[in-house]
Amino acid sequence: MSAEPIQPLTPGSVRRLPQGEDFRRNIARRRFIGRIWRYLFFSSLIIGVIALVTLLGTIVNRSFGTVAVQERVNPATLADRPLEDLSQEELLAIAQANISGNVRRRLDREEPLAERNEAELLRIIEEFVLQREVVNSWPLSETLFNYRHIEEQAAEEFPNARLEFRSWVSWDFIVRPMSRTPALAGIRTALLGSIWMIVITMLLAFPIGVGAAIYLEEYARDNLINRIIQTNINNLAGVPSIIYGMLGLAIFVRGLEYFTSGQFLGPGGAPNGRTLISAALTMALLILPLIIINAQESIRAVPNSLRQASYGLGATQWQTIWNHVLPVALPGILTGTILGMSRAVGETAPLIVIGAATYIVTDPSGPFSSFTALPIQIYNWTSRPQDQFRDIAGAGIVVLLILLLSLNAAAILLRNRFRRSI
Amino acid sequence: MSVLHDPNPLNPNAIEARGMSIYYGAFRAVKEVSFSIESQKITALIGPSGCGKSTVLRSFNRMNDLIAVARTEGEVIFHGQNLYGPDVDAVEVRRRIGMVFQKPNPFPKSIYENIAFGPRINGWKGTKAEMDDLVEQSLRGAALWDEVKDKLKESGLSLSGGQQQRLCIARALAVEPEVILMDEPCSALDPISTLKIEELMFELRRQYTIIIVTHNMQQAARASDYTAFFLMDQDRAGMLVEYGPTDQIFKDPKDERTEQYISGRFG
Ligand SMILES: Nc1ncnc2c1ncn2[C@@H]1O[C@H](COP(=O)(O)OP(=O)(O)OP(=O)(O)O)[C@@H](O)[C@H]1O
Ligand SMILES: [Mg+2]
Repeated sequence: MSAEPIQPLTPGSVRRLPQGEDFRRNIARRRFIGRIWRYLFFSSLIIGVIALVTLLGTIVNRSFGTVAVQERVNPATLADRPLEDLSQEELLAIAQANISGNVRRRLDREEPLAERNEAELLRIIEEFVLQREVVNSWPLSETLFNYRHIEEQAAEEFPNARLEFRSWVSWDFIVRPMSRTPALAGIRTALLGSIWMIVITMLLAFPIGVGAAIYLEEYARDNLINRIIQTNINNLAGVPSIIYGMLGLAIFVRGLEYFTSGQFLGPGGAPNGRTLISAALTMALLILPLIIINAQESIRAVPNSLRQASYGLGATQWQTIWNHVLPVALPGILTGTILGMSRAVGETAPLIVIGAATYIVTDPSGPFSSFTALPIQIYNWTSRPQDQFRDIAGAGIVVLLILLLSLNAAAILLRNRFRRSI
Repeated sequence: MSVLHDPNPLNPNAIEARGMSIYYGAFRAVKEVSFSIESQKITALIGPSGCGKSTVLRSFNRMNDLIAVARTEGEVIFHGQNLYGPDVDAVEVRRRIGMVFQKPNPFPKSIYENIAFGPRINGWKGTKAEMDDLVEQSLRGAALWDEVKDKLKESGLSLSGGQQQRLCIARALAVEPEVILMDEPCSALDPISTLKIEELMFELRRQYTIIIVTHNMQQAARASDYTAFFLMDQDRAGMLVEYGPTDQIFKDPKDERTEQYISGRFG
């Protein structure tokens, strides 16, 4: 009728537990095993830290260092004052007097010389008139520990050059457009491309991902179809990114070219579908599984007692989700979003496949412009023959890392605000 | 969609279960339970663990709907209408029949918001001042006002366990239910908080019908008007063994199993 009778433990089974001295030795052994694991975990941490420090060290080593600068034309022959002090008109006069032929035509096509400001004219004069050139560069480690060697080498190989300390990461580097001369190249176009892309990607992936997660967790019944969908989402998270790139190429770049090139808005769109919007759509697809899975986890972690309390007061399912489930799940959802965002900023393979431009000097102006992005630019620089491109590639990596860290910091701040308000 | 009927002064019963069986999948947790619960009285459901008390209680405001595998057969009559009828909306049922859970579960929001939530989602149209007033009345109704009136903006989770449970009662009162279901509301509380909740129940009885599940025999004996005793049969399905005025159940039980249970001989 009611509970089954309770059996007392037989003394035999009790005696199989170690007693007295035996038990003390048993504890010592368990402690010992615990300590071994602890050291193992600690060594893993150390290995991780070493790897990270090496990585950062290499990047920093490349991004700062000494350069040998050489000019074909002495600036003193152009003006009696330092070039930096000249006015726009004076600079323009110098440029017009000394640049001609093809170069002049190309520059004028980008933007007429007369309409350019001092900084730009100065840059043009440096590049095309003075032909200022970095003839060699040495990394930070050599600069710090073996400067004598640098001086000797410079005196021997580049007698006309002067040595300068150069930080390849600089404000100039960030705000300058791409150039064929590494010392004058900047990363603005790629940085803007990456920012545009990530903004569009998140605008697409966040609502869709969270929406799908809400549906799967709160509405979907446990039936075969939904289980198949769930399994597929989990598997998609592990698909190599290059495959997403091929998908993006086939669907967004080729299939939907009429839309992704912006031609449906009228003439003046991009010549093909290799635009920001195609890249953003591809990246959104790529990080969607990540966002969905993380959002599902955090929605699942919302205690059921909260849902019951809400239903118990006569709330509908949507009121319960909106007022109680989502606010509590939001910090976790944002964590997944941060992961997805970092992934999208750094991914290179899909962008290469869908064909982001590698040399482009005009800034992206909207979702339908051709573009380049930081990882593409860095990849491109590292594969150039001149040594100095490696230096600006290092600087590009620093910019990429800074962008990543600031995006993450912003998202974490946002998340903590939501945490606190609970 | 039909609207649930208003209370009928001629009908003394708030809720009536008729041949109610509840299944979890293929497992029958409650078997053919029929009994009537009188308005503005406190009815206690007692019985050993696992006999289906919570299941029965949840079936009265269709909280079992939230469990995918749960299924109810038979009828639960509320003002002459079957709560499980085809055109009854569970959302309306839950507004009219509120619930307080075993573990206090305030929302992770301010005390004020905890109370205001129910009226708001149910279409409250009053002003801010009227809401302030409703919050105060609900908290007074749950004997909590004096303890929290200076910290309405603080989190509901910052209160003690007993205060949290009274906050949950206040929250339930704010949507003006007719019936309040309480599932072991004192099991996580100390004796003082328990007494406070019992006093509160006596107060609430003037206006509300209360159904309470409890494992505490003294509580059932001193705090309820009617007692229903449940037990499991051979296939572990819960059934109603005896139901009557609390005095009679405790002083003069008709069934020998009831007598054994309340005298603490099994269960
Ligand atoms: N969500 C559920 N899914 C499946 N079975 C359930 C579920 N909830 C309860 N049961 C089963 O229904 C039976 C009755 O459970 P119920 O919670 O109603 O018992 P109870 O009388 O409230 O017990 P207690 O006094 O321990 O709270 C038990 O056998 C239990 O295992
Ligand atoms: Mg129970």
